[in-house]
Amino acid sequence: MRRFLSAAGFFALLILLWQWAFQAKIWSPVLLPSPLQVVNYLKGAIEDGTLGHATVTTMRRLLTGYVIGFVGGLPLGLLTARWNLLRDTIGTISLGLQTLPSVCWVPLALLWFGQTEAAMLFVVVMGTLWSVVIATETGVRNVPPIYRRAALTMGSKGLHIWLRVILPAALPFIVSGMKQGWAFAWRSLMAAEIFVTILTGFGLGQLLHYGRELNAMEQVIAIMLVIVVIGLLADKIFFSPIEKFLHRRWGTSQ
Amino acid sequence: MFRHKTGSVTEELQVIAPSKLALEEVSKSFQTITGTVLALDRISLQVNEGEFVCIVGPSGCGKTTLLNIIAGLEMPDSGNVLAGGKPVTGPGRDRLVMFQESALFPWLNVFGNVLFPLKLKPQLTNKDRRDVAKYYLELVDLTRFERFNIHELSGGMKQRVALARSLAPNPRVLLMDEPFGALDALTREQFYGDLQRIWKERKKTIVFVTHNVREAACLGDRVLLFSPHPGRIQEEFVIDLPRPRDINTADLVGYSSKIMRSLKSFNAERPETRA
Repeated sequence: MRRFLSAAGFFALLILLWQWAFQAKIWSPVLLPSPLQVVNYLKGAIEDGTLGHATVTTMRRLLTGYVIGFVGGLPLGLLTARWNLLRDTIGTISLGLQTLPSVCWVPLALLWFGQTEAAMLFVVVMGTLWSVVIATETGVRNVPPIYRRAALTMGSKGLHIWLRVILPAALPFIVSGMKQGWAFAWRSLMAAEIFVTILTGFGLGQLLHYGRELNAMEQVIAIMLVIVVIGLLADKIFFSPIEKFLHRRWGTSQ
Repeated sequence: MFRHKTGSVTEELQVIAPSKLALEEVSKSFQTITGTVLALDRISLQVNEGEFVCIVGPSGCGKTTLLNIIAGLEMPDSGNVLAGGKPVTGPGRDRLVMFQESALFPWLNVFGNVLFPLKLKPQLTNKDRRDVAKYYLELVDLTRFERFNIHELSGGMKQRVALARSLAPNPRVLLMDEPFGALDALTREQFYGDLQRIWKERKKTIVFVTHNVREAACLGDRVLLFSPHPGRIQEEFVIDLPRPRDINTADLVGYSSKIMRSLKSFNAERPETRA
């Protein structure tokens, strides 16, 4: 409770500071709207459905691409860890492409797929896939060999060893790869939405873009806030519990 | 078509006949940066049904390699290994290994670890598996800790879980690779009593590798002294003492100093070996 109160106090102070900067007219009101203007924009956008629609559109693109990237990346990572031939080929490609900032896929996606949902999906998949491949491969290679030997003597082999021993043993690595993949996908999707207007749906990035076009600073700031909140929620609702579970089981937390 | 579950808990928990082990002229060498090392040089060895054999020797004398070969985790370059009359061609549930580090799975809790090998027995129902796991956790006196995570256990408790896990599939042979090496003296002594009790109750053939001579004399019906480079059985001691044995009795100390003298003598003859 005490921690909550001090955190709440901190954010209240931040908003007060913002309000003061607005009233002191340090910058033009066109460049720095008041907190109230931002809240009013959010209220309007929620009421007329713009915000809800944009959020759903963006999350649909993100989740679809993320799931495809993860479902493809996990087995690919396992396979590259299993066979050296795949490691030298697919593994090398993955490592190279993982270092490529995922926003660099946007021009290629546009030329290949045009201004379509497929282009968006492609960018998100590319952001996720390589991180998951690399993390899975590293995770599997870091599994202590004694786990495998112990499992072998207990009668586990083949697919059973992969699913029941190697995969769970590599889980801490895989989860950090999932987290990185998520971050990459989220960033590249925003870039893609800002650059590309497609008629099948306006995402948050597009709202941000039109905020700039219309010089509507309260819209720009409001959408940025929404994007921040989504990022925070993803961490708190999805990744944090998994990481807490891993820390508790493995005993790696402080 | 449903699979007919033929097993039952009572059947699963029955004391089964331990296996005889036979090694015939087993050799194994390794490539290292300094050349080829003959880890095992034509080792022949018989371990009788239900016998407790300890193998002692300095580090690097090939005793762990021998254990791995019996386990089927490594293959010999030449020679034969028979377990219960059948040639060993790979790892098998009839010969379970307890490793120096516990090798417990950190993603499973204590109960889950003991359950792991039982889940590989399709003839058991889930209830049977849980009952069997509970039985073995009680045997090693860990019932109260079944919901604990592995990292929450002490070193001694981890090895108890490892022992329960290797006993759970009811193997005929138990292979133990310095299982108490990392434990403190007090915990170790408690284990000597427990292991002798469990061995008597469950009737296993045990091959126990250690570099602790006293420990070997305390536990083994026979103690085999290994010498390194090349790995050979140097000498054999039959420990003719009643059980359960206490490691601190004078008779036992007599045996262990006899073994120690032999160990020192061949180390002195071969000054180049690392003791």
